[in-house]
Amino acid sequence: MLTTLAIIFIATGVFFFTTATIGLIRFPDFYCRMQATGKGDTLGALLSLAGLALYYLNNGFSLPTILISIKVMFIAIFIFIANPTATHAITKSGLECGVKPWTKEGIQK
Amino acid sequence: MINRFENIIIQTISRLLIPPIQLYALYVIAHGHYSPGGGFQGGCILGASFILMVIAYDIKETKRMISEKINTIFISLGVIIYSGIGAVCLILGADYLDYGILNKIFSVSPAKARALGTFGVEIGVGITVMAVMVSIFLNLVSGGEHEEAQE
Repeated sequence: MLTTLAIIFIATGVFFFTTATIGLIRFPDFYCRMQATGKGDTLGALLSLAGLALYYLNNGFSLPTILISIKVMFIAIFIFIANPTATHAITKSGLECGVKPWTKEGIQK
Repeated sequence: MINRFENIIIQTISRLLIPPIQLYALYVIAHGHYSPGGGFQGGCILGASFILMVIAYDIKETKRMISEKINTIFISLGVIIYSGIGAVCLILGADYLDYGILNKIFSVSPAKARALGTFGVEIGVGITVMAVMVSIFLNLVSGGEHEEAQE
């Protein structure tokens, strides 16, 4: 049961990582790429690490295994807070340095 | 004109994240002999928390917390802790950094004294690495001026 749940979580996380990578390669400009990686990587990392934490609980519900799962969830929470902030910082400094956004006519000079 | 160095989202998140980062650095230093990590890695994380403070606020705010004078004292203090523990072992009659002899001071078994000596040396390494990281970053980012980051 736990293994099935872990597989579902990790597969969903890998799906979001894949969409983030495709967005990073295929989107036209800086801002679209930043939003693709910012959102996709955050959710992908959260789901993958949650799946790993669930999978480790297969070794039995004792104190050491639960502690290791809690440590993994701390990493997930850290990424969940820090990654959108880093994306925001990079995007904002790009805007202030004068990176032009993409429109239908292409990037405005 | 919005100041590039003052952003409320980044400052709030940094204020939220810096204490757990420093706590994690102490965890890495203290668990260096049980798990991956140690003095150097923990010191790097501790220095990174101050570097995050420089990035989110500015250099003056950070130097109010850890001034250049205290930073220089920390650099020397770590080296003194490291070599002092080694010299104490030398004085007590063993080799340099042979912590087993420390059981004459702490009245514990030699194995326990070895663990305690390693822990003390790692604290010294962590303090020095943290201070040197902050010093190198401040000098690089401001060109040695220590006033504000250069464009």
